[in-house]
Amino acid sequence: MSDTTELPATLDIEGWTCPAPVRDRPRVVMGHGGGGALSAELVEQIFAPAYGGEVLAQMGDAAVLALGGARLAFSTDSYVVRPLFFPGGSIGDLAVNGTVNDLAMRGARAAYLSCGFILEEGVELDVVSRVARALGAAARTAGVEVATGDTKVVEAGHGDGVFVNTAGIGLVPAGVDLRPQRVVPGDVVIVSGAIGVHGVAIMSVREGLEFGVEIESDCAALGGLVDAMLAVTPDLHVLRDPTRGGLAAALNEIAAASGTGVVVRERAVPVPSAVANACAILGLDPMYIANEGKLVAFVPREHADAVLEAMRAHPLGTDSVIIGEAVEDHPGMVVARTGLGGTRVVDLPIGEQLPRIC
Amino acid sequence: MKYIDEFQDPELARRLLDDIRATVTRPWALMEVCGGQTHSIIRHGLDQLLPDEIELIHGPGCPVCVTPLEVIDKALEIASRPEVIFCSFGDMLRVPGTGRDLFQVRGEGGDVRVVYSPLDALRIAQRNPDRQVVFFGIGFETTAPPNAMTVHQARKLGVENFSMLVSHVRVPPAIEAIMSSPSCRVQGFLAAGHVCSVMGVGEYPELAERFRVPIVVTGFEPLDILEGVRRAVRQLERGEHTVDNAYARAVRPEGNQAARAMLEDVFEVTDRAWRGIGVIPDSGWRLAPKYRDHDAEHRFQVGGIRTVEPAECRSGEVLQGLLKPHECEAFGTLCTPRTPLGATMVSSEGACAAYYLYRRLDVPAVKAREASPVV
Repeated sequence: MSDTTELPATLDIEGWTCPAPVRDRPRVVMGHGGGGALSAELVEQIFAPAYGGEVLAQMGDAAVLALGGARLAFSTDSYVVRPLFFPGGSIGDLAVNGTVNDLAMRGARAAYLSCGFILEEGVELDVVSRVARALGAAARTAGVEVATGDTKVVEAGHGDGVFVNTAGIGLVPAGVDLRPQRVVPGDVVIVSGAIGVHGVAIMSVREGLEFGVEIESDCAALGGLVDAMLAVTPDLHVLRDPTRGGLAAALNEIAAASGTGVVVRERAVPVPSAVANACAILGLDPMYIANEGKLVAFVPREHADAVLEAMRAHPLGTDSVIIGEAVEDHPGMVVARTGLGGTRVVDLPIGEQLPRIC
Repeated sequence: MKYIDEFQDPELARRLLDDIRATVTRPWALMEVCGGQTHSIIRHGLDQLLPDEIELIHGPGCPVCVTPLEVIDKALEIASRPEVIFCSFGDMLRVPGTGRDLFQVRGEGGDVRVVYSPLDALRIAQRNPDRQVVFFGIGFETTAPPNAMTVHQARKLGVENFSMLVSHVRVPPAIEAIMSSPSCRVQGFLAAGHVCSVMGVGEYPELAERFRVPIVVTGFEPLDILEGVRRAVRQLERGEHTVDNAYARAVRPEGNQAARAMLEDVFEVTDRAWRGIGVIPDSGWRLAPKYRDHDAEHRFQVGGIRTVEPAECRSGEVLQGLLKPHECEAFGTLCTPRTPLGATMVSSEGACAAYYLYRRLDVPAVKAREASPVV
């Protein structure tokens, strides 16, 4: 490029600028499905205005509906993971556990699931069978029944092998009211174990990356763990499973919806060394990596020790730990206290995290 | 992760900070050259912990930020072609060109793929002999050797459908340009450790002597950076200006000879435009004439693309330390990671992105950010 450029005798750095035009996004990009700010924009600007309705405005992992004297939790999710089978699970496990967990985050034990398969022409029936068997096994483990389903086939090249959608319903027990608006300053923030494991496990097989040790997804149904927590006190304030967007997105969503600030002690956040290694190599932040078998809980301070003890007594919560608290300062924002004593904002991710150049 | 935890030890950090406080007697302005160092400084809050006398100025060392608009536009043009598989490191995909980015090209049907190594792109070319595979080769001396090696391999293996869009930049000419400016306030440099692990330190003594600035080769973990600051301040307080290697666990004085030989074979030094800064003489690499067959710019005839940067964004001043990101009027209002005006707000190593991500709390004007709905 510089062959034709006339060089200045001396550089005038007073005039240096680096502008680029403000962009508009007329088409869907991957970040719209990343669980971050772009996803929120899509819901805020397109879906919510089109649908309307009071229930949708809850904007939780699952909607809680008053029906015939009972309170039902209702949720749906679609699964488009690649590869279909990965260390520690498969798209079948995810399709059950993801929806079961969305219900559990409202305090409901999942009772029934629907299951929709979208299959790409040419996929081996053996693969479909393996996914279905994994899905059935995961449902039995979670104590939920697949009650109805649907199958569609799309032309070759119009799908990615197997897509699965599940929806689920469950009953919310009396006295349980889990939603971010109940969070108050002083609430203790607990996470149920190591973070970032699922995302790194998927990355290691999808991108063919080898990190020295095999990392297995933490994919699991959390209904039992939530039951154990509610048995200690029904007065949990909010639960969230930090899936897409990771712990950072979950905390930001709670902070924004509750209007409280959140402070996290960075060194208290449990990051397995294998995850930390992989993230260091790729330039990713474990706080933003997806999990599929963990939850984050905001618990009234007076119940925190008992809840923590109950979580640690459950097989899916043995590594539960307090990572921070809700505060009056900086409402709507999440702030990390760094190991060295500084502070930094932990932001909602824009779209997907991208591995950096160097 | 022992080998990293050791370099984030709070007790050792406290001792280094105590030593720096005991050494400093008056204000000093130091520039960290590398965007990775900038992010480490802001992410760990090192700038909050250092004594007030020490100002850290963020340098131009973000490869994504300094890639010129016209090269981004060339990438967008090539990636839009139906016969092309365009491969890039992830963080280039969100950088705005004129009106769009690589993500949008992908949304419009372009075959744009994220790779973790240029060799992945070469493998894609071998598996797709009927397609043209192009790798976006940008970055400093750190990414240049593997990119050079990939072109070398493509030639050796006869992979004719592989080419590279090359826009590499070199650090020493940038330091020279910054120090030559009449408005320069920099009194010492924290040089980028990974650059020196490739190139060695041989390019720096002449610069340190000519501009009478200490240059301390520095790593990326918090203790590395504090040690770099400590050594630079010690020199400044004594009136010294030498090259000091504070990253000896990774940097040998002569660098990586094999990597340097590969660079010399595949690339040649050229003048290069830096986004927001302008042309800096001898500050870049391009493919040497004997590798022209693998030069995407030549293969796709995009040499004629010319762009004009509009004048709203001040990130060029940020890139060479005249302005802190939050001092820009557009920061956090017109310009956010969602609606970036400049690449410094997009790149994972950009100074504006670092301030926006980690420091908004300290900037009252942008504290009231837009409310995001829960999904």
